[in-house]
Amino acid sequence: MLFTLGMIGVLSRRNVLVVLLSVELMLNAAALAFCTFSARAGNLDGQAMVFFVICVAAAEVAVGLAIVIALFRLRVTVDADRVDLLRN
Amino acid sequence: MTFFFWIFAAVIVGSALLAITRRNAVATALWAALSFVGIAGEFVLLQAYFLAVVEVLVYAGAIMVLFLFVIMLLNLREEDLRVTEGPRLHWFGLILAACFLGGLVVTCRRAGLFDEPLGAPPSGETASVAPVLFQNYLLPFEVASFLLLSAIVGAVLITKRRLP
Repeated sequence: MLFTLGMIGVLSRRNVLVVLLSVELMLNAAALAFCTFSARAGNLDGQAMVFFVICVAAAEVAVGLAIVIALFRLRVTVDADRVDLLRN
Repeated sequence: MTFFFWIFAAVIVGSALLAITRRNAVATALWAALSFVGIAGEFVLLQAYFLAVVEVLVYAGAIMVLFLFVIMLLNLREEDLRVTEGPRLHWFGLILAACFLGGLVVTCRRAGLFDEPLGAPPSGETASVAPVLFQNYLLPFEVASFLLLSAIVGAVLITKRRLP
């Protein structure tokens, strides 16, 4: 459910900041699923995996926000549709 | 226990819904922070205490502060925040996500994931998570640290580079 909400956010919003945040929601949904299945299976491997998911999320946010800042310097916008640097 | 599960689930889903529907980026970030706190609550119910603390520290703390910092740093005007949303893309995204949710529920039912648990949930205190992290998953742990380092270097490089 949460993953789906994040997916809606990614697919239908144009503000790159909101899209990044929606990706975070999706990562969180996956982490929660890992933790639930770890509790079901009765071992701690899933929880270790959630730890790595959080690590990856932190790295992703740092790089993503850096790209947003660089983008905002180049084009003064946060609208993902107006970013067409790779087009020609 | 079930009562608290539904409370936290309602908080997570409700605040996530509010987060992706708000126009203002700051409101979005704050609702998402509430959603992360709800997920930390679910971790506590799953007896993953270490993960609950990490979730609050990293997500509701560090990542949210970083997001709000960037939003403030960009100093967006009102008309920048109110980006016009295309209706076509909007509905396409909704339909695609609904199909995905349906597929997810069907797959989980077929795999029997809604049945009774196989064993008792393990206690996820720091003392019991640590041996798993540092013995079974030592190499991924070190790779994760390298990933974070490269993310730091990459972020600084991207933001510092002089643009043409």
